Amino acid sequence: MTETNTQNTTPAPKIHVAPGPHLQSSSYTTRRMMLDVIIALVPVLAVALWVFRQYAAIQIGVCVVSCVIAEWAFMAMRGKKATLGDLSAVVTGMIIAFSLPWNAPVHVGVIASVIAMGVGKAIFGGVGFNLFNPAMVGRAFVMLAFSGALAAPAYVEGISDALPALADFSSATPLNAIKAGEMKEIPAMMNLFIGNTAGSLGETSSLACLLGGLYLCIFRRTASWEVPAGILVAVAVICSFIYMSNPVMIANQLLGGALLFGAVYIATDPVTNPLTPKGKFIFGLGVGALVMMIRKLSAYPEGVMFAVLLMNAITPLINRWTVPVPFGGKPKPKPAPAK
Amino acid sequence: MTTATGIPGKGTFKNGVHPPDRKEFAAEAAIEVLPTPKEVVLPVQQHVGAPCENLTKNRQEVTCGEIVGKAEAFVSAPIHATVNGKTAMPKSVTLPNGRHMLGIVIKAEGEQLEGDALYQDVFGGDWPTTGLEQYKPDQIVDAVKNAGIVGQGGAAFPTFIKMLRNDEKPIDTLLLNGCECEPYLTADYRMMVEAPAPIITGALLAARACGAKNVVIAVEDNKPLAIETLKKAAAGTDVKIAELHTKYPQGGEKQTVKAALDRDIPTGGLPLDVGVVVINVGTAAAVARAVTRGKALTHRVITVSGAGINTPKNILAPVGVTYQELIDFAGGLKPNAARIVAGGPMMGFAFGNLDAPVTKGTSGITILTEEDVAKSDETNCVRCGRCVDVCPMDLVPTRLALASRGEQWDLAKKYYIMSCMECGCCAFVCPASIPLVQLIRKGKAQLPRD
Repeated sequence: MTETNTQNTTPAPKIHVAPGPHLQSSSYTTRRMMLDVIIALVPVLAVALWVFRQYAAIQIGVCVVSCVIAEWAFMAMRGKKATLGDLSAVVTGMIIAFSLPWNAPVHVGVIASVIAMGVGKAIFGGVGFNLFNPAMVGRAFVMLAFSGALAAPAYVEGISDALPALADFSSATPLNAIKAGEMKEIPAMMNLFIGNTAGSLGETSSLACLLGGLYLCIFRRTASWEVPAGILVAVAVICSFIYMSNPVMIANQLLGGALLFGAVYIATDPVTNPLTPKGKFIFGLGVGALVMMIRKLSAYPEGVMFAVLLMNAITPLINRWTVPVPFGGKPKPKPAPAK
Repeated sequence: MTTATGIPGKGTFKNGVHPPDRKEFAAEAAIEVLPTPKEVVLPVQQHVGAPCENLTKNRQEVTCGEIVGKAEAFVSAPIHATVNGKTAMPKSVTLPNGRHMLGIVIKAEGEQLEGDALYQDVFGGDWPTTGLEQYKPDQIVDAVKNAGIVGQGGAAFPTFIKMLRNDEKPIDTLLLNGCECEPYLTADYRMMVEAPAPIITGALLAARACGAKNVVIAVEDNKPLAIETLKKAAAGTDVKIAELHTKYPQGGEKQTVKAALDRDIPTGGLPLDVGVVVINVGTAAAVARAVTRGKALTHRVITVSGAGINTPKNILAPVGVTYQELIDFAGGLKPNAARIVAGGPMMGFAFGNLDAPVTKGTSGITILTEEDVAKSDETNCVRCGRCVDVCPMDLVPTRLALASRGEQWDLAKKYYIMSCMECGCCAFVCPASIPLVQLIRKGKAQLPRD
């Protein structure tokens, strides 16, 4: 920017020169995007605090504080100013906490956060450059490193003592019950919907996720609706083939587990999404298909985390497939001399 | 959103943005005539095309409308004296777009056509809508060419070239662009409200020249008064008014043609590829004046608007007057003025040298305040895709900008960098404040030609 002074008005205004456009929509910044995610997480937070009480509060506190400190530390190591102001570290911390079980030891949350900010984000160059969803990188690491603390049985171990309200139907998470063929253990649909069930902190309530999704994707349009739409379409279609005559099972697959939480809050991370609406829908379809594949074919009861990470890996490829044709069609190589 | 009636188009185009239109600053300000300046400086290249040759000698007497710059090349437009007076030593001028060139200097002397007389000379009197058969197409084209008329909307392309008939690409529709989608600018609006008659006459003449059967005037629906006055003025003619749903950049040629006529101009093509000629409403008025009265393009309406100017105005001014004089006529800058833009805030150029002259293509001066131009610091792209969602050309601006920054020309080409028209929608919405347009503009300039 250069400055010149005009001569004839007093006091002389300072005139700047800068490239256009000279107006900018002020309602939308990276910080505001992250704030939107946090606002959208409020219903999830409320349900987590209602169902898991102090355990949720501790877990979320640990992860958010660890992420913020880790972000600051890694940026300091790279000799750069930390971008804490954009709130992205807070969002990552919240997502990690919501994807852990209520009784995960404190060190698990801390390690997941450090790995998320370091391996997930900082080594790629910080916010905007990471290939994989940082929260899922951290989650994947602790899932493998502390498989005992995070495996399906851990979700319900000791739950009846700690949280008596959940004792009635707490012998398994919904999806693990399905996996084990214990149909009678499947929680009532209403509990699955409002969230009064076992599971990771953030994934128990379909209602909270739907509310957050409406705010995030429809009202604020901060996240693209194409991603969750693609995921839900893929899961619904695959389920209706597998459980043709059993609508309860289809509903369980859609409402149970981390599917809605993942579709709304995890898979929609813009940094790791394709750029065009078409690409985003393809991305969503891929996540949904992989989720069902992992749920049905692998040893894991749930597959949102791996599905998101796998689709993150092929996002550059999707971008390459979906270069939009400009308005007016593809340019002709050479104008035809005569028609 | 309802579909517009009476036109083939849907009244809108894909994507785009809704910046605050800020027309209220100058929309009610009737066109005022600038007193004759002491001196005008006429840059020899005010148009797309080759510069003119200076025909004057030092201290030569010239009269307003006399040719002083000769257009040698085909794509060019002659330049005329815009005041009565004597020439002085030509000097080098720098225009807001950064171009340096020779400027023909004329010191005003003697009697001048001024005030209301000038206004009447430009807009007043009778403007025929019948009996235009007396003007042959060639005659119209010649009159437009000799009058030095160029597009008044900003691009300043010589108008007569658009009107030339081409048997391989017949024209069926003349589309008059009265969208004026840039925020703040109201020059076209005031002209449509105050002087619809010359616009209609000019449209009919231009249509006759290029052989178009249909004449459509495209106006955005945030200008109901302009639509009403144009409809009244067009009564009894075949001219249709297309009311388009307000959105930026509706005035972009491809967008106007899509919205009004539902035709897609091919990439790298021109409106004539789909049988259309598009000219600005102000250009049409100049055409009418040139053909029916033999007057050259010497004056134009310029909006001086924004929160940083004391009394926003629409000013009928001679080409070649300095920006400073127009700003002074509009009451001068306010202390909080921070940026002066030639044109509107979306596509205009910010500049600091107020001694530069306005040209035939200057549609307005926008004076923005610190508050208007406050921008947060650039941060990393988070690939939110907002720029993709708003791009009226269906491009991926973030890819283009970052490819330009990294000089990855193959990538830039793969994402069709040359299709960008630099409308600024992407940079307007970018949450990371990345100077997308600037980067793409740079990339377009540096792209290796093949």
